[in-house]
Amino acid sequence: MPMNAPASNPADLFTETAFTRKKRRTEMLAQGLFGTMTLAMVIPLALILGYLAYKAAPLLSWDFLTTNPTHGMRKGGIWSALLGTIYLVVLSLCISAPIGVLAAVYLNEYAKDNWFNRIVNLAVVNLAGVPSIVHALFGLGAFVLFARLDRSILAASLTLAIMTLPVIIASTKEALASVPVSFREACWNVGATRWQTIQAIVLPNSISGILTGVILQVSRTAGETAPIMFTGAVFYRNIPEGNLFAYGIKDQCMALSMHLYTVTTQVTNAPEALPYAIAVTLLGTVLLINATAIVFRVWLRTRKKW
Amino acid sequence: MANAVRETPDTVASTRRTPRPRRGNLGILGERVIEVLIHLCGISAMIFVFAIFFFVFREGAPILRKLDLGRFFFTQTWYPTSLNTPRYGVGALIIGTFSVTVLAMLIAVPFGIGAAVFLSEFCGKKMKETLKITIELLAAIPSVVWGFIGLTVLNGVIQKVFNVQVGLNVLNAAILLALMSVPIMVSIGEDALKAVPDSYREAGIALGCTKWQLIWRLLLPAAKNGLLAAVLLGVGRAVGETMAVLMATGHSVNIPHSIFDSVRTLTATIAAELGETAEGSDHYRVLFLIGILLFTMTFLVNLLADFAVKGIRKK
Repeated sequence: MPMNAPASNPADLFTETAFTRKKRRTEMLAQGLFGTMTLAMVIPLALILGYLAYKAAPLLSWDFLTTNPTHGMRKGGIWSALLGTIYLVVLSLCISAPIGVLAAVYLNEYAKDNWFNRIVNLAVVNLAGVPSIVHALFGLGAFVLFARLDRSILAASLTLAIMTLPVIIASTKEALASVPVSFREACWNVGATRWQTIQAIVLPNSISGILTGVILQVSRTAGETAPIMFTGAVFYRNIPEGNLFAYGIKDQCMALSMHLYTVTTQVTNAPEALPYAIAVTLLGTVLLINATAIVFRVWLRTRKKW
Repeated sequence: MANAVRETPDTVASTRRTPRPRRGNLGILGERVIEVLIHLCGISAMIFVFAIFFFVFREGAPILRKLDLGRFFFTQTWYPTSLNTPRYGVGALIIGTFSVTVLAMLIAVPFGIGAAVFLSEFCGKKMKETLKITIELLAAIPSVVWGFIGLTVLNGVIQKVFNVQVGLNVLNAAILLALMSVPIMVSIGEDALKAVPDSYREAGIALGCTKWQLIWRLLLPAAKNGLLAAVLLGVGRAVGETMAVLMATGHSVNIPHSIFDSVRTLTATIAAELGETAEGSDHYRVLFLIGILLFTMTFLVNLLADFAVKGIRKK
C-alpha cells in the first residue's frame, strides 16, 4: 500500500521535533511561573512566623501567660488580656452558634428558590462583607448606647457574634448540603416530618462539619480588634491572677488583639520582645485553632461512608 | 368493570381497626416552635444588615442638616478637632483608601489568579491539599498581627530596599492588604476554574494546545465571571480592612504623590478618632457618616461580586 510506511523504529516516533520541544519548554515555563506565584504567598508566611517566633522567644514562658501586665504594661505577662479574649470568644460563640446553625438549616432545608430567599442569601454574603469598623460603629450605636449595655463584655460579644455569623452560616450550610438527599427521602418515606428528619438524620450526619465551622468562627473571633475597641475592650484592667471567673459579663475587659495594638502603638519604652511575644501568643492561638479545624476535617473525610 | 370492588362495610371496618399512631400535642407544639425559630434565624442575616445600616445611620444622620455634602466629599481638609472652624473634608481619606486598595489589587490580582491557576491546573492532589491548607492559614492571621508585621518587619524592609525615610506608606499597607486578600481570591478563583467543564480542556488538548494557550485562550475567558467575583471580593476586603492599614499607612492625611507617601484611609480614621470624640458631637457624627459611606461602598462591591457569580451559575 502506498501510504506512508510507519517508521521502522517505534522510538523514532517519540523523538522530539523542534516543535514539540518548544511546546514542552513553554509548558515548563508556565508551570514554573504559576508555581512561583503560589510560593510567593506561602514563603512569606513561613518567614514571618519564623521571624516573629525568633524575636519573641526570650519572653515566652508559662509565667508570661499567667501573670498580669505591670509597670504600665512594660513588665509582666498577659493574663488579663488572655482571659478577656477567652470570655469574648466563648460568649460570642454561645450567641452566634445557635443562630448561625439554625439559619443554615433554614437556608438549606426550608428555603425554596424564590426572590425572598435570594435576598436572604444576598444578605448573608453582604453581612460577611461589612467592614469590621462598621460593625464596631453598629455595636456602639445599637448595643452600647441604644440597648444601654454600656461598654461591656456582653456588648462586645454581641458585636463579634453578628460579625462572625456568616462564617458559621456558610460552613454549616456546606455541611448540611453534603448529606445526600436520599438519606432525607428515606426518612420522609417512613413518615417523619421535616423537623424530625433534620434532627434525626441531617444534623447527626453533618455534626462534624458544623463543628469545623464553629472552630473556624472561634479563631476569627479571637483575632478581631476593631469591633471590640469601642464596645467593651479597654487598655488596662487589673484582675486577680489565676481566677478564671475574674470578669463579669457587664465588666469591660482586656483582649489579646487590643493589647497587641496598644503595646505596639501607645506604650513607649516597652521591652523589644514584648509586642512580639503578644503577637506570637495571639497568632499561635489562632493558628492552633485553625489547625485543629483542618485536622478534624481531614479525619472526617477519611471516615465518611458515602 | 370499575365498580366490581365495592366498599363493603367489612373492608371499611378492617382499615379502621388500627388507628393511626399520633404524637403527643407537646411534640407537635415543640416542632412548631422550633420551625418558627428556624425561620426567624434564617432571616436574621437580613435583619442584621438592615439593623447595621439603621443604627449607624441613626447616629450619623443628625449632622446631615449641618453638613454640606459637596464639601464633605470633595474637599481635602480634615481638621475635625479645630476649635473655631472644624472642617470635615474626606476627599483625602477617600483617595487614601482608593490608592491603597488599587495598589494592593495590582499586586494581589496577578498572584491570586496565578495561584488559582496553579492550584487547579498544575498541581497534583497531595500538593494541592497542602497548598490550600497553607493559604487557609494565611487567611486566618488576624489583621492586627498583619498591622504589627507592617509596623515592625515591613517598615524596615521598605526603608532599606527602596532607600526611603519612612517605611509606613501606601506600599507597606498595599503589600499587607495584598497578602490578606489573596487567600479569598485564590479560593473563589479556583472554584471558578474548577467550574469550567473538562470537555473544554479535552477539546483544547485534542487540538494540540499548549498549557499556555489552554489557560490564556480557554480557561481564563471561560471562568472570567468567577474570577471577576474573586477580584471584587478581594477589593471589598481591602476597602474595609481596618487594623492593618491603621498601623501601616503612616497615618497622615494627605494626597499621595508616590507609593512612598504616607496616607490615611477612611477605616483608619474612624478607628483612630472615635475613641477621643465626645458622644453626640459633630465630629462623632461625621465618623458615623464615614461608616455609612464605607458600608455603602462595600455593599455595592459585594453586590457586583454576587451578580458576577450568578453569571457563572446561569451558564
